[in-house]
Parts: sequence; structure tokens; C-alpha cells
Amino acid sequence: MLEIRGISKKFGDFEALKGVDLHIGAGEFFTLLGPSGCGKTTLLRMIAGFEAPDSGEILLEGKDMVGTPPEQRPVHTVFQNYALFPHMTVAQNIAFPLQMARVQADEIDARVQQALDNVHLPDKAGAYPAALSGGQRQRIAIARALVKRPRLLLLDEPLSALDAKMREQMQIELINLQKEVGITFIYVTHDQGEALALSHRIAVMNQGKIAQLDQPAQLYNHPNSRFVADFIGQCNLLEATVTDSDRHHADLELHHIGPVRVSLAPAVTVTKGQRCLLTLRPEKIRIARNLHALVDETHFCGKIHDTLYLGDVTVYKVELAQGILLEALLANSGNHASERFAVGDSVEVAWNSSAGHLIAEP
Amino acid sequence: MGRWSRQLLTLPPTIYLLIFFAIPTVIMLFASFRFPGDYGGLAPWYSIEDGSYAFDLTWENWQRLFESTIYLELFVKSLGYAVITTAICLLLGYPLALMVSRSEKKRRDLLLLLIILPFWSNFLVRIYAWMIIFSPTGALTMAVNSLLDLFGIAPVSLMYSPTAVIVCMVYVHLPFMVLPLYANLEKHDPALLDAASDLGASGWQRFWRVTWPLSLPGVYAGSILVFIPVLGMFAIPDLLGGTNAIMIGNVIKQQFIESRDWPFGSVLSIMLTIATIALVWLGTRSGHRVKHG
Ligand SMILES: Nc1ncnc2c1ncn2[C@@H]1O[C@H](COP(=O)(O)OP(=O)(O)O)[C@@H](O)[C@H]1O
Ligand SMILES: [Mg+2]
Repeated sequence: MLEIRGISKKFGDFEALKGVDLHIGAGEFFTLLGPSGCGKTTLLRMIAGFEAPDSGEILLEGKDMVGTPPEQRPVHTVFQNYALFPHMTVAQNIAFPLQMARVQADEIDARVQQALDNVHLPDKAGAYPAALSGGQRQRIAIARALVKRPRLLLLDEPLSALDAKMREQMQIELINLQKEVGITFIYVTHDQGEALALSHRIAVMNQGKIAQLDQPAQLYNHPNSRFVADFIGQCNLLEATVTDSDRHHADLELHHIGPVRVSLAPAVTVTKGQRCLLTLRPEKIRIARNLHALVDETHFCGKIHDTLYLGDVTVYKVELAQGILLEALLANSGNHASERFAVGDSVEVAWNSSAGHLIAEP
Repeated sequence: MGRWSRQLLTLPPTIYLLIFFAIPTVIMLFASFRFPGDYGGLAPWYSIEDGSYAFDLTWENWQRLFESTIYLELFVKSLGYAVITTAICLLLGYPLALMVSRSEKKRRDLLLLLIILPFWSNFLVRIYAWMIIFSPTGALTMAVNSLLDLFGIAPVSLMYSPTAVIVCMVYVHLPFMVLPLYANLEKHDPALLDAASDLGASGWQRFWRVTWPLSLPGVYAGSILVFIPVLGMFAIPDLLGGTNAIMIGNVIKQQFIESRDWPFGSVLSIMLTIATIALVWLGTRSGHRVKHG
């Protein structure tokens, strides 16, 4: 329903967006994820109509939107700091877009009440925004943006001002709300956990470009670059050289560590002698004093370099060779009480050949 | 905070108000019941006759106020001048303040400096400058009259007219309108305008539904700062209005300086103070109502 073709934008000499292409389907919960300053807000503001691209097209259901002012686009935005009108009550805030569209007064009342019910704040109609909590303001901002049934809802880091507990609750509400209303959501965040939790698909952005566009699990398990692997979740990145490969497997020599065999994802091809990166998620690494390596597993010896107790899990940094650290996770489920390691302990680590994912570094 | 320290905190403003407002008002009130002195000033308020004290106080001054409608008319006329001047200041000052508040940060300081620049020269000097501009042989009058001549209209004199008085009062008080408005408008969150336009509001709707209602405290503050001094103004109507634009301030000044009737001057002063306080109070109430629905 929304197609973005070759969007570029410069602020002075600074290139904020460098040729972005996107295709977003109807009813999708789509997320733009990236570090601060990578151009997410700029792209969102272009879709809303606040900025004009230097080049490129924005097609909404086939119609080119470039040049259409924001007030005439069937696109509404939930702003980062909510941007509720402080001089209007909650009901007046929500009625605002309907009044602008010249909806009849009695219908407005009904739809405002309906919108308040949708966000579970039915009795806040007469309150002023200043009297609401952060989470309530957030809900009102969403209700206001949805009341006119836009074709597209844009959300710019809507949860960043909330505390952790509230954020989790709002994430669940957002998922449910999006399912209920069936409107396409484009969500901007720099929080990878939030992106993974909410989205159908995620576009990871870096320095004004899309680094990778995929479903959450695909992004997590098959990052296509060092940047994406590093940005999403914790990740071990090991430099390697390909010693042999066929269609399904590759034999690698991990620099300073040793040989290892990995299975290849369908999209990845490598050739002998090529340098590449092996990405390994910490939770996919087994760690013990004496491992009995299983079939299809590679194992190495190392020393505990650091431990980080996080409550639910403990992170162990294992030194495999001089200066090369591997991060492994152990869930503190109680069963492993005997497997607590201290700094300096000798341990073994192992992982399945399908646990690692290969990135062909140029 | 203890009760004593809290009272200590309000002490300085209390003393200030007492010295500069309450005591002078009481003195004026007292003066308004006395007789004028033979050569100006006030006559003694008691006399000793046959060894007994007698008060020399009178209602006459207050009676004189209500004897004819001339003073009431003067008040109404002054009020008219004040309202017109305030309205024009608002009409001119609002777009100016809006423009300054929305210009680049770097240019903003320069624009603000230009707005307060007139304060660097003396008030009277600026009025004399207007006298030159409005003088019958001045370029402005000549230009206006030659234009009127084209349409066969008889020449007019700009000097000593209500127009001249209002133009000059607007000129002098414009910064008092612009500065509080700017202080208010500058604080508006630009995201609110984005939100309004995102939700379907056109330029005018954005202004009337968002900017204007949020700026009302500034409008109100600026209006008071213009309205109050204009209501009691005497220098400008004196110099630019002549006998054609007399305001209550002129009459008060006249009582004290030319007629040497301090008691009646006090009566008029007190009435002006009461009128000002009453109007500002009314304004506060309606301003309050606007703000809270
Ligand atoms: N109006 C603007 N003028 C100049 N630079 C801008 C403007 N808007 C954004 N930028 C710059 O463009 C880059 C991308 O900004 P933004 O899209 O807000 O990033 P993000 O939302 O991903 O944090 C930033 O470096 C920012 O400084
Ligand atoms: Mg941003």
C-alpha cells in the first residue's frame, strides 16, 4: 500500500537519506529500526508530508504523495512527545481531526467515546492532558491519531518516554490494537528489543540507508552485515577464512582459534579463501567444565575472563585465545547451580554447526 | 517552612506596596477632601478659632465631579483612546511577535534589539520627532494633502488631531505589546502545529485553534501593559493633540499645575486608579474564563 522509491534528502552538506526503497503491505506492522541520527524520523516526516524529498517517490495506494501537504494525506502521526493540545480536554483533542474533517457534532461525540473505549480510558474525556500520566497521554495520542481511521499510522518512538514496565504493557496493547483496527502501522524505534517484539517486518537503517529488511527472526538469526548483527541483540563476531565449502556447509579457520564447520543459510555463498565473519548468539553456546561434544558440534577450550550476573541469566566472557573473547549465556534456572564459574576457571564451549551464521565480508 | 519565615518572605513586597502604592493613595484620598491652597498646594486641614480646633474638610471636590457629565465623558473618551490604541498595538504587534518567534535563532536577537531600540532615546524626544513628521510643512502632511488634492478633497492637518495622538501612542507602546507576546509565542512547542496539520488543519485553522488560544496569556499581559499607561497618558495628547484630543491625564495634570487645584486633581486621580483597577480586574476574570473553558 505504501511504496517508497529512491528517496534521498540532504540537509546542507549532510546526507540524511541516501536512496531508500521500501514496500509496505496493507495491514502490516512495519518498523524502522536504527541508531539515533540514522534518518528514521526524517523518513517518517516525509511520509507524513512535513519534509519533501530531494529526489524519489512516495506512492500511497498508487498515488504520488510528494507535494501533497500533511493535512491532505490520509496519514496520521503519533509524535514522540505526544503533542497533545494542552488547552483542550482529552475529548476535544480526539475530536479535533473529526472537526477538521467537518464530521457532524453528534457523530463526533459517539466516535470520541468509541476511541476512548478502544484505549481503555472511557472516563478521561473531560481531563486536560496535564492531568494525565505518561501512559495515559500516550494512549490519548494514539486514540487521536486513529479516530479518523487513517490509511496509515506513523509512530515515532512513541514509548521512549515511558518507564520499562509501562513500555512492556503498551507494547502488548499496541500489538492488540493494530490487530483490531487493521490499519498499517509504521513504527520508528532505536530499541531493537521493541522492534523484534512488535513488528511483522523490520527495516534496519544505518546512516541514511536500509541495511537489511526482514522478519524479526530472520534478522536475528541471519543478519547480513556486521552492523545488523551487532545492532540487534548481543552477538559474537569471529573473523575467519573459508578453507573449503559446498552448497550447504563451509569449513572455516577461525583466526587465532582453530577450524570449525558451519552450515550455510540458503542466501549465503562463499568461496575458498574468502575472509568472512562468523556470528554466534551467546545463548546458542554451551558452556561447561567438561563438555561431551555432540555430533555436529565444535568445541574449544578457554578461560573465564569476566562474569556478569543479570538475575535471570549470567553472562560469561570466555577467552579462547589471547584477546579473543566469546560471550556465552547460562540461564539461572537452578539446574546449573553446580556450574557456576569464577574468573580464571578453565571451561569448554561448544556450538552446533547450524548455530553460527556466516557473513561474507567484502 | 515555618509560619514566621513564610511571613518574612512576603515582607519585602508588602513593604514595597505599602510605600509606593498604599501610602500615596491614602495621601491622595485625604487631599481630595481638603481645600486648595491660595497659591497652589493644599490649605491647612484644621484651624484654631477661639482656642478650639476645627476641621477644614469638604465634600465639595467630589460633588464637583458628579455635577456635570463632562468628567464622565472625559473618562469614556480616554477609555476609547486606550481601547483603540491597545487594539491597534495588538493588530500590529501580534504578527510582528509571531514573525520574530518563528525566525531563525540568530536573527531573533537582532530583531528583538530593533524592537527595543526606541527605548534608547528619550520619550519626549521621540514625541518631538513625531511633531516634526506631522507638522503642516512636513513631508508627510504635504504628501497626504497633495494626494487628497487629486481627488478634490480639501487639505487636512495631521498635527493636533486624535489621529496623531493615536499614531504616536501606538508607536510608543508597541514594544510593550510585542515583548510579552514574543515571550509567550517563543515557548510554543512547534510539534503542536505539526500535529494540527497532521490531523487535517489548514494554516488558518492551525492559527485559530492552536496558536491563538495558547497565546492568550501573552495577549492579555501585553494588552494590560499598553492599556494602563495609555489610559493615564498626558504627554502625547498635550504635545500632539492640542485642544482636539484631551484625555483624563491632561486634565489631572492641568489641575495640579495650571489650575493649582490639588484636591480636585486628587479626586480625578483616585477615579483613574479605581477605573484602572476595575477594568484590569474585569479583564483578569474574563481572561481566566477563556483559559479554563
Ligand atoms: N531540519 C534539519 N536540518 C538539519 N539537519 C537535520 C534536520 N533534520 C534532521 N537532521 C539531521 O539528519 C540526521 C537524521 O535525523 P533523524 O531523521 O531525526 O534521525 P533519527 O530519527 O534516526 O534519530 C541527523 O543527523 C539530524 O541531525
Ligand atoms: Mg528520531
